[in-house]
Amino acid sequence: MAERRAETSSPLSGDRVHQSLWSTLRRDPKVLFAGGFLLLLVLLAIFAPFIAPKDPLEQDLMLGTLPPAGGSGYEPGYFLGTDDLGRDVLSRLIYGTRIALLVAFIAAGLAALFGTVLGLLAGWYGGLVDIVISRLVEIWMAFPPVLLSILLVAVFGSGVHSVIAAIVIIDWTRFCRVIRAETMGQARLDYVIAARTMGYPKLRILIREILPNVLPVLVALLSLEMGIAVIVEAILSFVGLSVSSDTPTWGGMIAQGRQIIYQGWWVLTFPLMALFATVLAFNQLGDGLRRALDPVLKR
Amino acid sequence: MAELLLEARGIEVTYGNRRKGGVKVLHGVDLHLARGETIGIVGESGSGKTTLGRALLRLVDVSAGEIRFGRQVITHLDDRAMRPLRRRMQMIFQDPMASLNPRHSIRQILGDPLLFHGLARNAADAEERIRRMLDRVGLAAVVLGRNPHELSGGQRQRVGIARAALLEPEFVLADEIVSGLDVSTQAQVLNLLKGLSRDLGLSMAFISHDLSVIRAVCDRVVVMRNGRVEEEGDCASVFAAPQSAYTRLLLDAIPLPEVDDTWLKEPAPA
Amino acid sequence: MMTPLLSISGLSAISLRERGAPILRDVSLSLARGEVRGLVGESGAGKSTIAKALLGILPGTVKVTAGEIRFEGRDLLTMPQKDFRAIMGSDIALIPQDPQTALNPGRRIEAQLTDGLRLRRGMDAKNARERALSLLAEVHIRDPERVLKAYPHELSGGMRQRIMIASAFSLEPKLVVADEPTTALDVTVQKQILRLIRGMQEAHGTAVIFVTHDLGVVAKICDTVTLLYGGKVIEAGPTAAVLSHPRHAYTRALIAAGPRYDRPDAGLEPVPQAVFDQLQAELAMPFSSEMNHG
Repeated sequence: MAERRAETSSPLSGDRVHQSLWSTLRRDPKVLFAGGFLLLLVLLAIFAPFIAPKDPLEQDLMLGTLPPAGGSGYEPGYFLGTDDLGRDVLSRLIYGTRIALLVAFIAAGLAALFGTVLGLLAGWYGGLVDIVISRLVEIWMAFPPVLLSILLVAVFGSGVHSVIAAIVIIDWTRFCRVIRAETMGQARLDYVIAARTMGYPKLRILIREILPNVLPVLVALLSLEMGIAVIVEAILSFVGLSVSSDTPTWGGMIAQGRQIIYQGWWVLTFPLMALFATVLAFNQLGDGLRRALDPVLKR
Repeated sequence: MAELLLEARGIEVTYGNRRKGGVKVLHGVDLHLARGETIGIVGESGSGKTTLGRALLRLVDVSAGEIRFGRQVITHLDDRAMRPLRRRMQMIFQDPMASLNPRHSIRQILGDPLLFHGLARNAADAEERIRRMLDRVGLAAVVLGRNPHELSGGQRQRVGIARAALLEPEFVLADEIVSGLDVSTQAQVLNLLKGLSRDLGLSMAFISHDLSVIRAVCDRVVVMRNGRVEEEGDCASVFAAPQSAYTRLLLDAIPLPEVDDTWLKEPAPA
Repeated sequence: MMTPLLSISGLSAISLRERGAPILRDVSLSLARGEVRGLVGESGAGKSTIAKALLGILPGTVKVTAGEIRFEGRDLLTMPQKDFRAIMGSDIALIPQDPQTALNPGRRIEAQLTDGLRLRRGMDAKNARERALSLLAEVHIRDPERVLKAYPHELSGGMRQRIMIASAFSLEPKLVVADEPTTALDVTVQKQILRLIRGMQEAHGTAVIFVTHDLGVVAKICDTVTLLYGGKVIEAGPTAAVLSHPRHAYTRALIAAGPRYDRPDAGLEPVPQAVFDQLQAELAMPFSSEMNHG
């Protein structure tokens, strides 16, 4: 077995870690539930055109503000009712997962990437590197985030790319600070000193020894950040700074539902519930993954 | 006298910023170690014994003095220049759990250094050496696929010893390596280390707070207090007739497993 | 014979985490008033579990399956919570292993030392302070006024352990449980602390359960000793008898395994495999009251 692994780049990595990770996750109902829900969302987003019962943009003023199944005046086919323009709420919800997940994965991923790299460097190399990065983070965080995102939209125009840019530019500091502290904590541990007594170069120690131990924190943070990104996107959609109004988003639906809350509560309620469930699922998943990935906590 | 392997002269270590008046933890310590010799470094917390050990391995910088390894002065060598020497000077840690990367398998922990220093040509070669060493330290090959937290304390410390011994070093620093272990495990680990150092002709610096352990494994002993050497000499003579009052105090404070009603009644040490 | 202060009988416990693996196996021991008994053993022996069961602080992963812990004739395990809380801290007190974490870092020593006196003994602030000062003097703290005003981090490890001892004895308990109280200390400080615990115990006539892994410490401070392995009592009796004439092969092996500075050629003898085999066989046996003396 060892001979076969010799051909890969890391010839001596063990395989038990991955086995036990899966077996731990499998036993955690919270993770299973949250993960299953998110997987379902991903499938909905990808196959939206095949799953959605109606065209999310198709208006029919004759069918405006129809109640969901069970209400009086329910129109078969419009399972969750329609909005004031007669668009199918269920179909719009399903299409809305596309923007929500797109922003969640890309924005949180990029913020994590920048923040983690800078945090690792600052925490491990210390000295001038740390001073420069830490001061940058401090100055950055003093800048009001709402103003920053409005400014960005003003410069780049509204749209999903601006939303993603705003989240990355504002939230990389969150990763940077936490990863820096975690790296400094790990660097004090004996296994890092042991690596130094082996004469390993500093960069190798950072990547091969420290990074895997920072991973549980990173995964938890990333998952939380995905939840935050979904909310930020919804907020920016709500105030009309996100994608154009002909693309269905949960935030846009909430904004629209707010105006007709007395005529049709369902237009507001269902996207709110979707938002709530999605953010909760990301948080639960992050919590479970952190525990499963931590070899000491796992016991 | 045997050939000198490691020598420290007048080393001082200061933590914190020197210009702003950092804390000096070593005040000019001399130490010498011959090939094949085992020296014990004993002291209470704050004595500077751990810092001395780390200074010898160039893990902390010295602010004054000179450290010599073999024929080379290593006091101010940088990381790159130290790299080839790292294989020749190894360390075994107090807490084997903390000193083994929790996310690496034992195979990786033992194999990576062999490949890095070119002692093994490939993974298969490394595997063979590792298995031989595991046999030597009394571990079954099944541990190779495990991670550190899946082993017992005694097993982890054997892995720590194996990691150091695999590189065929000339000098090993053992820092309180049995203080976290049960008595029965401690005896096994110490016997193993004694055997290995004899077979490999190792020089060893054995740091401990426990004079009984030092007596059992060392040829010579250095008693440290507040960053200075309080007393130094052959174990036989220091233990039979300690010259320093502090050494006597340390010896008197060790509770031997014999009932002695007078022991607690003696006047309190200052 | 007078009824013992503490009498543990047939105490058994299992770990819920490791599929019901036994942690304590039919442990019995008794303690007279004013007696110092050592609970000694290697890790996993169950010595701490006994202490925790006694103090009612067993972790949720450990479950007592049988037995009783009688304190002055009443079973601590089955008495109402209210009665148990009245006994804890008042009649039974703890000296913890790590004085670092046992003291609240955010409160001054005075507040922590007088809590029990005011809440349990109904003293007013002035009287409680007087009592705290005399307690600190009793544990040989030189400048008690200054120490009362200090926060824990301003004191050395030895000082903090002295304060924990003062605190444990402050309500005149009948039983003090000392859970490895010197493990984290230097040898010279350890000796002072052992002397102090023994002195306080003798002056107040307090019984002590002294948990330790060090047979040397047992020899110096304990009147009687109970040696455990795998949650089972292996040997028990007066300290001098157990240490100089051990009956069980494991006791003999443990004594031989410890290095001794005064005998460089003795010690460091690994416990023979035959002894471990014998222990395993005995653990597998359901009952062996033959070993449980005293």
